[in-house]
Amino acid sequence: MIGLQYGITSLVFLLFGFSLMMLMRWQLAFPGQPLPLIGKFFGEANMPGGVMLPEFYNELGAMHGTIMVFLGIVPLSVGAFGNYIVPLQIGAPDMAFPRLNMASYLAYFIGGVVMLASFFVPGGAANSGWTSYAPLSDIASVGQTWWLIGMVFLITSSLLGAVNFIATIFQLRAPGLSFMRLPFFVWAQLVTSFLLLLAFPPLEAAGVMQLMDRLAHTSFFLPSGLAVSGQPLSVSGGGSVLLWQHLFWFLAHPEVYVLILPAMGIVAEIIANNTRKPLWGYRSMVYALIFLGFMSFIVWAHHMFLTGMGTAISAFFQATTMIISIPSVIILTAFFISLWGGSIRFNIPMLFALAFLPMFGIGGLTGLPLGLSSSDIYLHDTYYVIGHFHYIVAPGTIFALFAGIYYWFPKITGRKMNEVLGHVHFWPSLVCMNLIFMPMMIQGLAGVPRRLYDGGAEYTFTQSTIHLNVLMSYAAWIMAIFQIPFIINIVWSLFKKEKIKTDNPWEATTLEWATPTPPPHGNFVKAPVVYRGPYEYSLPGATKDFTPQHQQTINP
Amino acid sequence: MSEIIPYTVEHRADTGLYNAKMGVWLFLASEVMLFGALFSSYILLRVGAIQWPHGWTLLNVPLATFNTFLLMTSSVSMVMAWVSLKLNDFKKFKLYQGITILLALAFLGVKSIEYRGEFHEQMFPQTNTFLAIYFTLTGLHALHILGGIVVNSYNWGLGSRMWTADPQRFTNRVEVAGIYWHFVDFVWIFLFPILYLS
Repeated sequence: MIGLQYGITSLVFLLFGFSLMMLMRWQLAFPGQPLPLIGKFFGEANMPGGVMLPEFYNELGAMHGTIMVFLGIVPLSVGAFGNYIVPLQIGAPDMAFPRLNMASYLAYFIGGVVMLASFFVPGGAANSGWTSYAPLSDIASVGQTWWLIGMVFLITSSLLGAVNFIATIFQLRAPGLSFMRLPFFVWAQLVTSFLLLLAFPPLEAAGVMQLMDRLAHTSFFLPSGLAVSGQPLSVSGGGSVLLWQHLFWFLAHPEVYVLILPAMGIVAEIIANNTRKPLWGYRSMVYALIFLGFMSFIVWAHHMFLTGMGTAISAFFQATTMIISIPSVIILTAFFISLWGGSIRFNIPMLFALAFLPMFGIGGLTGLPLGLSSSDIYLHDTYYVIGHFHYIVAPGTIFALFAGIYYWFPKITGRKMNEVLGHVHFWPSLVCMNLIFMPMMIQGLAGVPRRLYDGGAEYTFTQSTIHLNVLMSYAAWIMAIFQIPFIINIVWSLFKKEKIKTDNPWEATTLEWATPTPPPHGNFVKAPVVYRGPYEYSLPGATKDFTPQHQQTINP
Repeated sequence: MSEIIPYTVEHRADTGLYNAKMGVWLFLASEVMLFGALFSSYILLRVGAIQWPHGWTLLNVPLATFNTFLLMTSSVSMVMAWVSLKLNDFKKFKLYQGITILLALAFLGVKSIEYRGEFHEQMFPQTNTFLAIYFTLTGLHALHILGGIVVNSYNWGLGSRMWTADPQRFTNRVEVAGIYWHFVDFVWIFLFPILYLS
């Protein structure tokens, strides 16, 4: 139930965050031209005469990042899918702490409302980027204070959730469900929860310190001798701007894996189910996952090569960064080998899961030049970085989340989503995603700087690639149009008469399909016992090509 | 709702824990990271500073020593409260738990006297970076003390009605609150020498 609340709220936030980006794309494609039709609704303070002010562009940029990451994807992949699927897959009646779960959702909701409300305070919402780098954020308008307060709520929500997930997975596994029999999705959620549990508190500490800077006028992140608009800032000074960056990225790098691991978990379930084969190398995937979780805590400063930390530190962090790419490659390779020789069912969830593989591959491989400090210095402040991480998060994670929605929709509602509308949703989205993010890589290699509100139009060196902005913007708007079939599909499938005939429409092996549909209070009619691994498809000697985990003998 | 969830009271064999105890240890892991980040910031700021005052030149060490004593005593009485429940002695529990709460309140009282003295001498968070981290760390710690007082008072007052209905579960609750309380004391054991004595 909480899972569904999380799901609906986060989908709304995803759409909202996407809308902010569509506004920005107008300004990037047609800098300084008034936005037709809706431009006049944003008020004289933001868009006088429908023309976007630089300050408003900065607000949109900061809030797009914040909303997509902290209010959209994490709550959807962890809060919604984790909450709904994990207890089912481990054969538990509920999460270990139902009240904590409710509190977690409430904190998330309040955090979201605070973030939205910040658009209406004087000076608008936070405008120092989603990273809120000091000293800019220390002296920014009051929206930044709202951002910090909103973040404290969101962090609290994630911490409560993480405690709950780990306790649930350790304590409430069904009899016989040993760790090496856990579905890969549960493993992914477990590692993700540890990342949230241990990486978020430093950001909370940093948030408290920035709040002190802004409200009690301390100088944690303000060095001595700072001048604003020609006036020396009257603070005690002696702070460190790099301290903020260290604390921020100590969270935000593990956060990257929080964004991607649940997606990998979803893809694993769908690939095993639709190739009708066991996942190839399940154990090595699990070990890779755990190793990746550990490593993600010691790579954060590869976001800071430009700050001049010194070559020794840079060398350390680029070494760890190269090392962390290995477990991701192991997992992705295992997915590809799992496809080999399978008789694949190309249904909508599988299409999204298959699209995830090359998209995440592109995103991951383009990250390698950023992990090496010498090439990163050239690429870091360009659109290349934007292209790189969006490939991972947008056609990567978001596609996996779509796959998960199509895959588990029958369990939640008792009805399958429409295939035709699914195709109408999938193919244009795939094309548009690439038309948006591939040109960013080209622009970035040409040196076009990111964060500029006119896309860098005033520079001569951008002229050869700046026209790509128009293409990217049209692709973004067209992609928005092709999300409409998805929304229609959800609503229409929810109310259609035709129900699925069995509790296990995909003929899957994991425990969530052993419950009635939709799962009642307490989930299982009879407490399940587990006899086998998670992906026993096409067992030799079995009459059916799938053998559920709770089935004692191969042929009942 | 919670009746159907297993291991709310009894231990699970392979982890050796009931759910809430696992939960509180996980929560404390995140607290270690929270205070760890602040301590790391303290080190980074101090190493980077041109000059850094010794804590004892600015702060009131005798009062803080007394406060350390109060908190350590409250840790002992917290254990005694839990042991009393284990020994089925509810009256003793009420006594020791009450002492724990009073000691915590006394700690906050002394702390506020300290703060007032510092404000009186024109020492504010914005005065310098040492005072900034001092007020942030001790303020955050005081909030944790306050949280402990709220939980312990609930277990002492309204919440203690659970003793008659489900004594095992109530004892667990007190144990979990105790684990948290020891952690808060433990943080102070680090705060005191780092801020006052170095």
